[in-house]
Amino acid sequence: MSFPWANEYTPSHPVMKWVDEKLPLPRFVYNAVGAGYPVPRNLNYFWNFGVLAGFCLVLQIVTGVILAMHYAPNALVAFDSTEHIMRDVNWGWMLRYAHANGASAFFVVVYLHIFRGFFFGSYKAPREMIWLLGVVIFLLMMATAFMGYVLPWGQMSFWGAKVITGLFGAIPVIGEPLQIWLLGGYAPDNASLNRFFSLHFLLPFVIAAVVILHIWALHIPGSSNPTGVEVKTESDTVPFHPYYTAKDGFGLGVFLILYCAMLFFLPNALGHPDNYIPANPMSTPAHIVPEWYFWPFYAILRAFTADFLFFPAKLMGVLAMFSAILVWFFLPWLDNSPVRSGHFRPLFRKFFYVLMLDVLVLGYCGGAPAAEPYVMISQIATAYYFLHFLVILPIVSSIEKPEPLPYSITEAVLGSDDKAALKPAS
Amino acid sequence: MTRLIGILVGLFFTVAVLWAFVTGAANYIAEPPAATAEHEFHRHPKELHLSSDGPFGTFDKQQLQRGFQVYKEVCSACHSLNHVAFRDLAALGYSEPEVKAIAAGFQVPGVDPNTGEETLRPGTPTDYFPKPYPNDIAARAANNNAVPPDLSLMAKARHNGPAYIYSLLTGFQDQPAELLKEFPEAKTPTGLHYNPYFANLNLAMAPPLTTTDQVSYGDGTKATVDQMAQDVSAFLLWTAEPKLEKRRQTGWPVLGFLLFATVLAYLAKQQVWADKKGKKG
Repeated sequence: MSFPWANEYTPSHPVMKWVDEKLPLPRFVYNAVGAGYPVPRNLNYFWNFGVLAGFCLVLQIVTGVILAMHYAPNALVAFDSTEHIMRDVNWGWMLRYAHANGASAFFVVVYLHIFRGFFFGSYKAPREMIWLLGVVIFLLMMATAFMGYVLPWGQMSFWGAKVITGLFGAIPVIGEPLQIWLLGGYAPDNASLNRFFSLHFLLPFVIAAVVILHIWALHIPGSSNPTGVEVKTESDTVPFHPYYTAKDGFGLGVFLILYCAMLFFLPNALGHPDNYIPANPMSTPAHIVPEWYFWPFYAILRAFTADFLFFPAKLMGVLAMFSAILVWFFLPWLDNSPVRSGHFRPLFRKFFYVLMLDVLVLGYCGGAPAAEPYVMISQIATAYYFLHFLVILPIVSSIEKPEPLPYSITEAVLGSDDKAALKPAS
Repeated sequence: MTRLIGILVGLFFTVAVLWAFVTGAANYIAEPPAATAEHEFHRHPKELHLSSDGPFGTFDKQQLQRGFQVYKEVCSACHSLNHVAFRDLAALGYSEPEVKAIAAGFQVPGVDPNTGEETLRPGTPTDYFPKPYPNDIAARAANNNAVPPDLSLMAKARHNGPAYIYSLLTGFQDQPAELLKEFPEAKTPTGLHYNPYFANLNLAMAPPLTTTDQVSYGDGTKATVDQMAQDVSAFLLWTAEPKLEKRRQTGWPVLGFLLFATVLAYLAKQQVWADKKGKKG
């Protein structure tokens, strides 16, 4: 499960020896995120975002559990109880802004974590399982965030819930009964709010469980690295602690500065003003938009404006939106280039930057009103999105000639590796 | 095999979305969307400068008191302030007896202790501002079928809220001649009032602030319409975000501490890595 040169946990204090014999939990932690986990020495700052995502999860659970002590999940009083938190609960305004902006921060770091994976080929063998579990975590995060946004029971909460559950109504035959079953009624109401609250409380713990599996799966092959060359010898690695605990500590500091700047000075910048209007089933907002982190997928949903073959436009949109994420599950098998890192894949690299731009364009269009030119732009961007993952990646990985890789991580870092002399002539 | 299926699925979605693009583009060329009066004549809020602007801004309590007076004497006739209690007014600089006196000036719903019947009684600091109408139906009946919205959160419920409120209050005007020329069907209906800062240009509210000295300020400030509109916008920013000052006052030390801690974390990281530095950091 680890490299043979990993430090072994050797408790010196008798109490720790006693604990280690009965329940080797300290040993487990030592081997997971302590000096017992050898990590490639060349990780760059893009490798900070996994730890930051874990931090965000804990932050959301802690603030969320406290908010739940003051919030009332009842359609009659939910909006007022949110305002009660903002006005009367001691430091309630800070908890709520920390939680709302914490969701945004969580998605920022997770998107960076995912794009790190895209660029450095982190999804490739032997790390497919880590990637698959990561996509599961992302899906759970989306469900959790969506239900959390419903809880304040403002206008966007209500109409967002109506639009998103309405997506299930596009499924043929079972769509409408399914939608009614999900909502517990014909439209979002108290039954929907109650179940969303219950699930919003539950799912973060499911996420935490999948995170544990994600990290477990990570520790079997060990962390990837920017060269994509696997660890060969001890000189390629450093112990996680103190090297990466120190680096992550600095990264966490930078993250917290940016996060707290938002929290204390621009707490509503990422929210929608309409959510400060109580939910009103009789009054539809001019533009219904989800939170920013859903915009790229919302743009894909809305890009399908025409019926195609036997598929109604709405169903196509729903299929495309879900497929846009589900396609990530197949990434390890769609891209079969033996080279992981984008640094050594000239053709792949160009398309990667186009994809980044494409997702930003989709995001912009998803937040804009459903009018021209945004719809046409999002249609072109949607076409590229599917072409990129399903057509371009498989072809590029077959035809591309990668650049030469360094012999080892040590060589990449130090410029030379004593062991490199032993490498067979190629 | 996976890749072959992938390519087919990818082409399916691509063709479908490009088909939607072609259909949409054809429709767009055949029937370009008609311009609307809302699109052409709606205006973004005017600039409004308040002492609470910027990361160091604080409320001007004198102004908040004036704004409260405008709310009390003008707006409260139709608009509720559901989330604000009289006790909260202490934040505007009122003393405890003053808050009690303000509360007592309002009649709030109560219960007769002898008969149990619903009745009205003078307010106390723990009471919330009373609603002007018993329910939405009564509100509609009295206001040309429009419910006057609650004002507690108005400054956060609109983009650029305080400037929006200020612009709306000072933006009533006659419908421009060119609007009527271009969109004759967009003539303001009877009972509504033209205001370019309102999303659909016509709102049910009649201009509430119309004359200088409509409200008599106690602090000597001249109560022009512009001044009253600014004051009530400032007041409604406070009702929407009463913790604004505390939030910023907390934020600065937090950022200061984090900056310090992050510098330390950086130096610690440099020291830990000192023996592992390669040719590139």
